[in-house]
Amino acid sequence: MIDCKNIVKTYSTGSISTTILKGVSFKIEEGEFVAIMGPSGSGKSTLMNILGLLDAPTSGEYYLDGHDVSKLNDDELADIRKNKIGFVFQSFNLLKRTTVLRNVMLPLVYAGVKSKEREKIAVAALIHSGLEKQHYNHFSNQLSGGQMQRVAIARALVNNPSLILADEPTGNLDSKTGEIVLGTFQDLNEKQNRTIILITHEREVAEYTNRIITIRDGEIVEDKKNSRRKAGSVSRP
Amino acid sequence: MFFTDIIQETYLALMANKARSGLTILGIVIGIGSVIAMVSIGQGVQSSITSSIESLGSNLIMVQPGTQRGIGSQVSSGRGSSQTLTLADAEAVKQQISLVGNVAPEASSRYQITAKGTNTNTQVVGTTTAYSIVRNVSVASGVFISDQNVNNSAKVAVIGPTVRVDLFGEGVDPLGKTIKINKIEFKVIGMTKEKGGSGFSNQDDMIFIPISTAQKFLTGNDYLSTMSIQAVDEKSMTELQNQVSALLLSRHGITDPTKADFSIMNQADIVSSMSTVTQTLTLLLGAIAGISLVVGGIGIMNMMLTTVTERTREIGLRKAIGAKKKDITVQFLSEAVALTFIGGVIGIILGWLASLAMTRFAGITTTVSIPSVFLAIGVSGAIGIIFGYYPAWRAAKLNPIDALRYE
Repeated sequence: MIDCKNIVKTYSTGSISTTILKGVSFKIEEGEFVAIMGPSGSGKSTLMNILGLLDAPTSGEYYLDGHDVSKLNDDELADIRKNKIGFVFQSFNLLKRTTVLRNVMLPLVYAGVKSKEREKIAVAALIHSGLEKQHYNHFSNQLSGGQMQRVAIARALVNNPSLILADEPTGNLDSKTGEIVLGTFQDLNEKQNRTIILITHEREVAEYTNRIITIRDGEIVEDKKNSRRKAGSVSRP
Repeated sequence: MFFTDIIQETYLALMANKARSGLTILGIVIGIGSVIAMVSIGQGVQSSITSSIESLGSNLIMVQPGTQRGIGSQVSSGRGSSQTLTLADAEAVKQQISLVGNVAPEASSRYQITAKGTNTNTQVVGTTTAYSIVRNVSVASGVFISDQNVNNSAKVAVIGPTVRVDLFGEGVDPLGKTIKINKIEFKVIGMTKEKGGSGFSNQDDMIFIPISTAQKFLTGNDYLSTMSIQAVDEKSMTELQNQVSALLLSRHGITDPTKADFSIMNQADIVSSMSTVTQTLTLLLGAIAGISLVVGGIGIMNMMLTTVTERTREIGLRKAIGAKKKDITVQFLSEAVALTFIGGVIGIILGWLASLAMTRFAGITTTVSIPSVFLAIGVSGAIGIIFGYYPAWRAAKLNPIDALRYE
């Protein structure tokens, strides 16, 4: 489903150019739950931006669902993001003073879904993410961190994407809430066969996935199955 | 993204910062309101001047004696002071030119007028019956000067309502009373209707007497001070002016039209030259008010730039979940346009009320014209687009990665 071939990313500021990714190649099949792990500065965030089509590689090929997406322009990338990728961020990035439902429906607005159908789809996504019904009409800034991340997960699910990218999703949560969020991802992976890529710098967090790709100084140093997967908390908060 | 989504997003965004949106709108309200009010003053002046010129009569051509300066001549005695037009000229114009509807010759001058114990100084116009038709004068009581009065050189006078007040007092019936013009007794036979004109041609402050009487007893000569000629219709004004000019030149034995001893003014010319002045006035007032509109526009841009900075992360998120540049541009542009549009509508209402208040309490004639209202709406929309475009463009070109990281 994802096929990266020799991805290189170089940033140049004036005359100095820094190579962040030095030829990264890997494949991710549909239905995998993968962690991309590395310390800060390893290039994992850059890799996530490229995987999430927020940034284009300097060289190399990136096939998403069989299409080469490494040479598209901004608007074409926006179209693919809209249809195929769901993002979950460390800092949630919910719209403030906006209800949970509106936040979840936001991707549907850009996808051109008719306003009558939006709420139904959003509610279905919220049920999968495990947020209690009574919060649906609360403003996003009235929720706890764990609840906000569930809203963000619902928002990532609402377009029925083939890939969910989670960038340090537990970074702003305490360990107990983090466990619940990771449990939710496991749930989505197992029950709905969603492809999920989780970016983290903590081995602790990476342990919850089925495969761990370790990246250091812009190169993959380890790529192995995680057979002793930790189980996340399935109990709803 | 549907149109209703844009409306909804805009509404929520503006409501999120009520005070800021309100103050920005206020800037536009003041701008548009003052443009509407100022232009209404300018147009009010224009329409009142035009109507006062038109109250002189319709399709008028005025011939005045006077020297247009010939080459080498440096001195000009004022118009109307020289003695070149005669009653015979007026007769000839009336008889020989078919386009003429009516001719009203005038021999007028200012005199001291006395009645029992009171006196005033006003314009005494010696004229004929035709004057009431040509100059659109009608009597409120009594009669106007008749042909018989003119033939007899009768010592009768028709007074204006202002003269009545000055000599006899408000509400007193002047008919049959005696007044003295330049120490000669006249009998009042009529009073004209109030016209309400003011300034250079106040017909309410005049006394009309037969022209023969004026020439015989007051001026002591045969000359006219003005000749008012009414054309049969509006189309023939220019042709009539040419014919009158040609006839008078030949009667006075002048071959070079630049040395004519009279001057002809067309009522339409007066209206158009006055219009030029009042249009300049309107433009000036509008331009002064327009400055505040520009300041209001800068306020919009200021607010939008602040908004874009504040919502950088939101823009990043929207881009990450699939918003295109166009979607972002439209979203911020519509916020700016909504601000100016709301401001524009309120501004029009307030400007309109302000001009009504000026008319009511300050007595200034104002006219709010529908085109100026549409212009104001157009201008406010344009200001929203112009001043909103740059912030919207800045928002749209934000890089989603940087925007999502923005603190």
